[in-house]
Amino acid sequence: MTGSEILITALEKEGVDTIFGFPGGAVLPVYDALFSSSLRHVVVRHEQGAVHMADGYARATGKPGVVLVTSGPGATNTVTGIATAYMDSIPLVVLTGQVPTALIGNDAFQEADIVGITRPCTKHNYLVKDIKDLATIVKKAFYIAMSGRPGPVLIDLPKDVLTNTEHFRYPDEVSMPTYQPTFRGHSRQIRRAVEGILQAERPVIYAGGGVVLSDSAKELLKFAERLSIPVTTTLMGLGGFPGTHPLFLGMLGMHGTYCANMAVTNTDCLIAIGARFDDRVTGKIDEFAPYAKIIHIDIDPTSISKNVKVDIPIVGDVRLVVKEMSRTLSEMKVRGKKGRLAGWRRQIEGWDNTHKLSYKKSVNKIKPQYVVERLYELTKGEAIIATEVGQNQMWTAQFFKFNKPRTFLTSGGLGTMGYGFPAAIGAQIACPGRVVIDIAGDGSIQMNIQELATAVQYRLPVKVAILNNRFLGMVRQWQELFYGSRYSSTCIEVMPDFVRLAESYGAAGLRAAAPQEVDGVIKEALSIKDRPVIMDFVVDREENVYPMVPAGQPINKMLLV
Amino acid sequence: MRHTISVLVDNEFGVLSRVSGLFSGRGFNIESLCVAETMDPKVSLMTIVTSGDHKVIEQITKQLNKLINVIKVNDLTGQEYIERELALIKVHSTEDHRAEILRIVDIFRAKVVDVGPKSYTVEITGDEEKIRAISELLRPFGIKEVARTGRIALARSLKLKG
Ligand SMILES: Cc1ncc(C[n+]2csc(CCOP(=O)(O)OP(=O)(O)O)c2C)c(N)n1
Repeated sequence: MTGSEILITALEKEGVDTIFGFPGGAVLPVYDALFSSSLRHVVVRHEQGAVHMADGYARATGKPGVVLVTSGPGATNTVTGIATAYMDSIPLVVLTGQVPTALIGNDAFQEADIVGITRPCTKHNYLVKDIKDLATIVKKAFYIAMSGRPGPVLIDLPKDVLTNTEHFRYPDEVSMPTYQPTFRGHSRQIRRAVEGILQAERPVIYAGGGVVLSDSAKELLKFAERLSIPVTTTLMGLGGFPGTHPLFLGMLGMHGTYCANMAVTNTDCLIAIGARFDDRVTGKIDEFAPYAKIIHIDIDPTSISKNVKVDIPIVGDVRLVVKEMSRTLSEMKVRGKKGRLAGWRRQIEGWDNTHKLSYKKSVNKIKPQYVVERLYELTKGEAIIATEVGQNQMWTAQFFKFNKPRTFLTSGGLGTMGYGFPAAIGAQIACPGRVVIDIAGDGSIQMNIQELATAVQYRLPVKVAILNNRFLGMVRQWQELFYGSRYSSTCIEVMPDFVRLAESYGAAGLRAAAPQEVDGVIKEALSIKDRPVIMDFVVDREENVYPMVPAGQPINKMLLV
Repeated sequence: MRHTISVLVDNEFGVLSRVSGLFSGRGFNIESLCVAETMDPKVSLMTIVTSGDHKVIEQITKQLNKLINVIKVNDLTGQEYIERELALIKVHSTEDHRAEILRIVDIFRAKVVDVGPKSYTVEITGDEEKIRAISELLRPFGIKEVARTGRIALARSLKLKG
């Protein structure tokens, strides 16, 4: 077989059904092999879009996303997408073309050292120098991407490796002595943790993206309910615990709810599950959960005691560890009691009642939060929601109630504007029957708007809801609050007419300029099933996201509505 | 505090840059880094001298362990270990100073490995202390150039209990 055929066959063996990509000289041999393969290839309009689509596909399904691009500019265009996936631990396999091995290092046409460039933003990467190694490297790449703390893996494929021939032999298993992620938590530590939790009077679970990535939502729910422990999640953890559950406190951190931030500040036992104490969560680190014994469960040992000192660390797969904690409870004959922690929950309820998430309603201006609420109501909370970055992202996190994991796709770690729309396309391709909506800002949507053509080409009913404030809203908010309202370069009034823009691509375009029009637009968008829809919501321009913890402040010092 | 960390890695293309990139990308400092093949040609041994507080060193060892090409990480500091460094010192040597320089070389069990009309090149092996000491003594004659290898280290074998 040729290298290209080996590659395609190996992808099929890995169960890949869809590849997101964009062709070019160095990968012509692979594209030729694809022509007669059963793999579906989605041709994008920009390589960054391909990576975000693969990422959205991966987040929505739990399967690895696969990308194929050419050498040089094709490869460098993937970098932002790869870094986005890396920060959020999303499994991807990115295949890049490369100039023939004999030309590497010669500044050949469309040569870029993509292995060097992506070393710090991939979990691992490979340059295949010999066709004999190709099949094994593909096998390893999928294994590394999916196991342990997941992440993107890149394989650089010189053109001669793709055209040479070799006997195809695909390994059934990989054994890598240098890579042995820990799966099971240490049982004595687990017992210590459970004992600590049982002694606590004011425990809080702080759940992160690890709960979603390891598909542990059920286990978490069971554990929290059994002991009546309140749960807050990070941005990445949304959907990992039902957003409408009475034990749910909402998101914590910079734009977290008042009650979540107060609960974490006052807890005596913080149970961090698959979360990494990011600065957007902790605020001023020295005053984060100051009274708490901290239990930290994470698959990645480097996450533990990186930012805060942990009392009981447990390295392991979140799902196995939480299951084991529940089993330990059974062994200890602990039974859930109705009134457990009633005092603590009353205290939290008090915080919740004084400062519920809210905004000033308006009859003549569309409030962006109102749009998010209506999207939630009219999709009955069943949609898969992607976001861009900025205010749109935070309002979605606050006002859409995510009840199921893998229904919220957002760039949490890198905060990549332009992520949401291609990610939504990837999710729509993975889940054709679902309603998929990108909640966007007018700034972010313009960063990957070209993918509208991709969505039209594949007749995807993906939706975009632009909260159009004609500002780079989140940056403007910071300027208003911390730079004396000097709106330096954040007013972006020169922009396309999004309705006509949609139509020019062959998509549907709708606009709502008054609150009474919001429901009609959403309902009409939901009824369109054969092409993408852009909804342009002309919103109150200077609305801010609250609560807000100013950067570097403790999280109980919130600016409120 | 300063730590000497010994790291076994796959002897593969790009591994050095993965390790050095980890240090630069995360702001860890490297005082010296030596690397060479071991008896097994598929494996290399790196000796890294770095510094940082307890928390930083813990992150360094964990992050190193996380690299796919790293086989084993051993923080030698706090254990019994031997460390050596080699230095080549080119020292100015006029007729009247030659005897004295040779005496110093002799005392330190160093070697003169190259002789020029106005210079000696001295080879010295030892721990950091020893290299500093000989450098100090040679300095008054005029040191023209120095090349140092950086430190290499191995844990001591188990001591026999007495
Ligand atoms: C690629 C990229 N560039 C710059 C930023 C910095 N940034 C964060 S939020 C934001 C404003 C986003 O504006 P918009 O998409 O209109 O959303 P809004 O905040 O108004 O909802 C900017 C510029 C970023 N996150 N990503």
